Amino acid sequence: MKTTLALAHLVILEMVRRKDVYVLFVLTTLLTLVAAAANIFDDTRVVRYLKEVSLTLIWISGFVLAVTSAARQIPAERESRTLFTLLAKPVSRWQFIAGKFLGCWLACGLALVVFYAFFGAVAASRERGLDVLGWFQAISMHWFMLTVPVALALAGSLLWAAPSSNSTLTLLACFGIWLLGRHLHKVAVGLPEPGATLLTLVYFTIPHLELFDIRDLIIHRWPPVPWLFWLGAMLYAAAYAGMILTGAWLLFRRRPLN
Amino acid sequence: MPAPSMTEVISLDRLQVTYHSPDSREPKIAVDDLTLGVRQGEVFGFLGPNGAGKTSTMNVLLGFTHAAGGSASIFGVDVRQPIARRRIGYLPEMTYYYKFLTAEELLRTYARIFGLAASETTARIDELLALVELGHARKRLIGTYSKGMQQRLGLAQALLNRPDLLILDEPTSGLDPLGRMKVREIILRLKAAGKTVFFSSHELGEVESVCDRVAILHHGQLRALGSVADIAQTDAGSLEKAFLRIIGWANAPQPNAPAV
Repeated sequence: MKTTLALAHLVILEMVRRKDVYVLFVLTTLLTLVAAAANIFDDTRVVRYLKEVSLTLIWISGFVLAVTSAARQIPAERESRTLFTLLAKPVSRWQFIAGKFLGCWLACGLALVVFYAFFGAVAASRERGLDVLGWFQAISMHWFMLTVPVALALAGSLLWAAPSSNSTLTLLACFGIWLLGRHLHKVAVGLPEPGATLLTLVYFTIPHLELFDIRDLIIHRWPPVPWLFWLGAMLYAAAYAGMILTGAWLLFRRRPLN
Repeated sequence: MPAPSMTEVISLDRLQVTYHSPDSREPKIAVDDLTLGVRQGEVFGFLGPNGAGKTSTMNVLLGFTHAAGGSASIFGVDVRQPIARRRIGYLPEMTYYYKFLTAEELLRTYARIFGLAASETTARIDELLALVELGHARKRLIGTYSKGMQQRLGLAQALLNRPDLLILDEPTSGLDPLGRMKVREIILRLKAAGKTVFFSSHELGEVESVCDRVAILHHGQLRALGSVADIAQTDAGSLEKAFLRIIGWANAPQPNAPAV
């Protein structure tokens, strides 16, 4: 575990020093401030709409950060040849994959906390108080959802050498699942065979990222979701991430490094 | 200086390494039926022209590639097990490290990987940075280091875990004469401490001055194995001439040949 943590620490340090997070944070901040300024007009519908826009931006930023940071990890190690010095040490290929995954995911978690904290501070100042449990559930489910894009991008980097192709494909897959995943089985009903069966299979195979999207809790100040559902969602994300990472390890474990 | 023992630290048994070339569907043989043992406490030179199979052999020893046939072990442990690398230090030919880290942070990260205690780590880092004369630059980002400084840092990281076996891939390549002398000094100091050093080099003079035994590889096959004196014996004591003869270099320069 020490090795995995050491590698994760390395990833976090790199992300902090690369300053990618700051660019996304500045963008999100600007939009959140616009949302806060809209409260001047005291139109609750406009405020809700702008809250939704801000939270959507946080979700998009989360995807972008998770995918782009994970997609470049292994190619960058190979290109700079730091991978060779690292794997010449008692580091197994599984520990390497796990360390990269953990580092990216923890760094995304830190970024999310900053994003949500800023947005939360602005929202609380306008709405007199926060529903702490709802916010906790929204952040934690968002963070756990990111295990899937991070794992997908890491696995993708073993299939596509260029981080840009990998990032684009993974982002398309993630946005596709997030926005359209829930409708696939409905579309399948209207399709002829074998399209219907195939699409139904896809529906039951993909990780349903939209399950983790509980932004409405914050936007409409609804009560928290049942804790059993929350726990189930965490396990669901962990299971998918675990399966994808196992696939990545199977791809990587005997791959020659030259 | 302790004499090398007969215990084998590195054992290669009929090792075969293949690779896939983009211009051929058939795998090409990089190392063919290589059997050799490196004994504890010796400095072993691994020689051969470019493409001879030296790096492929090292890649197998370090777990970067897997053997197509035969076996390789370090301290009796199959090289495919990460634990086999616990007691080794490795200095690659080209040393590239995380440019966003300082030398101290890099060594601290590697120390955690080796499981060094926190109390021991700081003292070890101080000691190593002093040895490679990088103490003044310990807080500087590696991205700002010169090539020579990076090579010295490479040596520091290779020694971090007090390895019993050091694998050095052309350790003096790119170093100035002073840097080369320092590396030679360090190798001899390690030998005196009873450590095993396995290194590849094109610098035959350097090999002659530090190695107990050498192996010469050509076209993936072992062409000579023995002490420097034994190998050079038939060529008037010149390792360079012996090397050129062994690899079949027909136009080897003659000692009295006129300058062109």
